[in-house]
Amino acid sequence: MSSARDEILERVRDAMGGSTPGREAEYAAIPRNYIRMGSLSPAEKRDLFVDRLHDYGATVFYSREGEVAAWVADALKIRQKNSLLIPRDLPRAWLPEGFSFFREGASYEEVDRSEGVLTDCALAIAMTGSIVLRHSAGEARRALSLIPDYHLCVVFGSQVVETVPEGIEQMKAFAEIPMTTIAGPSATADIEMIRVKGVHGPRTLDVILVS
Amino acid sequence: MSTYVGEAADAPKFQTAAKSLVADTQVRHNVRHATEVIRAKRAKVVGEMADWQELRESGHEIKEHVLRHLDFYLEQFETACTAAGGTVHWARDADEANSIIVGLVKAQQAKEVIKVKTMTSDEIRLNVALEAAGITPYETDLADLIVQLGEDKPSHIVVPALHRNRAEIRQIFLDKMNLGELSDRPEDLAAAARVYLREKFLRVPVAISGANFAIANTGSVCVVESEGNGRMCVSLPKVLISLIGIEKIIPTFQDLEVFLQTLPRSATGERMNPYNSIWTGVTPEDGPQEFHVVLLDNGRTKVLADREARETLDCIRCGACLNACPVYRQTGGHAYGSVYAGPIGAILTPQLQSMEHSQTLPYASSLCGACYEVCPVKINIPEILIHLRHRVVEDGDAPWIEKMAMKAASYVLESPEHLDRARKLGRIAQRPFATNGVISHLPFGLDAWTGVRDLPAMPDESFREWWVKRERETGR
Repeated sequence: MSSARDEILERVRDAMGGSTPGREAEYAAIPRNYIRMGSLSPAEKRDLFVDRLHDYGATVFYSREGEVAAWVADALKIRQKNSLLIPRDLPRAWLPEGFSFFREGASYEEVDRSEGVLTDCALAIAMTGSIVLRHSAGEARRALSLIPDYHLCVVFGSQVVETVPEGIEQMKAFAEIPMTTIAGPSATADIEMIRVKGVHGPRTLDVILVS
Repeated sequence: MSTYVGEAADAPKFQTAAKSLVADTQVRHNVRHATEVIRAKRAKVVGEMADWQELRESGHEIKEHVLRHLDFYLEQFETACTAAGGTVHWARDADEANSIIVGLVKAQQAKEVIKVKTMTSDEIRLNVALEAAGITPYETDLADLIVQLGEDKPSHIVVPALHRNRAEIRQIFLDKMNLGELSDRPEDLAAAARVYLREKFLRVPVAISGANFAIANTGSVCVVESEGNGRMCVSLPKVLISLIGIEKIIPTFQDLEVFLQTLPRSATGERMNPYNSIWTGVTPEDGPQEFHVVLLDNGRTKVLADREARETLDCIRCGACLNACPVYRQTGGHAYGSVYAGPIGAILTPQLQSMEHSQTLPYASSLCGACYEVCPVKINIPEILIHLRHRVVEDGDAPWIEKMAMKAASYVLESPEHLDRARKLGRIAQRPFATNGVISHLPFGLDAWTGVRDLPAMPDESFREWWVKRERETGR
């Protein structure tokens, strides 16, 4: 008896009348007349990104470079939190005095008991309000940005691209690293199509946007 | 080999099931409300895309290209996924997939698994197989949880519990979650699900997912979701098993730029869904350290072999065609007797089952074309419905009355003389039934037509007769 693998591949070839030649040329010829590159100015792009974040119910703090720590402190005061988890390589300069920060390495249960998490990101997409986390040293393993109920994320204006194709272009360069795209706090509309902010992922997402 | 799609083989005819469902005003109200909300949201976010038609076109062409070279892309995905530390299994049918997955769970000595929304697992009745092996599956998508705890069946591809309202959901949760009190506010119901599942996310060692996209050139898998249950399932457990239909392959990572634009806007009317998880094989120190992919055929290669219906496999399961369908919006999903409801279900289910069952599904449509218009990968569903109706007739399973009517029609339309004679005969035959130019009741066998609408009676004089008379009178 042949293996399931061989049999399925054989069925596929039978269905198509054998392997079809010219694959690469055919793929290259697929029409792609959609918009790839954005056309907004940096300021318009930033406004669009912020508009999308607000639409999802995220809060945005505007920061200048060098002021990140002060904005982290403000966000923590507003949210009434004393400590946050942070990924291994997060810049020390972002951490304000007077609060506790714990480098990752905790068990799921410990992460679950934490007050929240502070991360940076790999890039962001203005058109869809997406923040892309690359789960390498700087952006934390996946559990860290997922289990806590509060996520504070630092995004630099220079990291924001306009369109989804521009974003994917960057993402494909680190395709082998796990990644998560985040568009606002977790949500559901499963009950009578009423949008409820916050189910299993962080129920609150704050963004510090650095210009 | 047996291919099955959930319980569809034992389901009643669409027309029979629809009759009782249409009479359920609560279900109709819930379905109408939900589909109207999603349609309005979708229309808004699709309307703001200047390049929507171009995205649809590219999505269609990418999917068609994959199908033409599916053997290559399947092997390429397998190679890349394996190189990244994943293990790829192949399953010819539902039973084979179930036994592979049950075996993998048993190898972990696990008694429980967490699951993130996968229609494909409903297709192969995976939960039944797990339970038979003493393994408890926990559905973690809120709607799937409502369906599972309510011992119910999904009625929509994207929003499986849209036939339930908040009062019903509250009762299900009260009964099954051991809660003392619970309001029916959606926020409180979602919070109850969060508490109920949180402990399971942190503890259960094996998760089962589906996939929205399996990327051939990198071996990556992409799961699109909203609640964070997907992220929990693909990130936290020791072992992850992804059940993937062979049609879910896309050639390159780059191709996500098309589908991650069209899928969320079509499915839930969002510019982007809250979360997308993309991972490749196994990553040291992060997430599952054992990753299995089960590539499933279960009838898909049969669909592939039918040139005129092949594009059924382009489907990215957005559910837009369900929300747009005037038939689905009246009956809801349960009438289709399949985990795949609505227009896409009406073409997919009978094909997967090699037309042995679900023969009434291709008729569950008025062929209005709304499904084609909203489809983000441009599947010409009305054309495939007609093609499948043709296949039903070829297989000799059309209703006897239809066969007789078609035979009679072909005789009548054969020559002008036949048509004239039939017309004269018809005028006499209709006398007992026609009142004021309208026929409201036809006798047995034909009453299915007049049961829901009137038929105009044949006029006393046809155009051809009038024309002949006119020529005679004017002497031309």
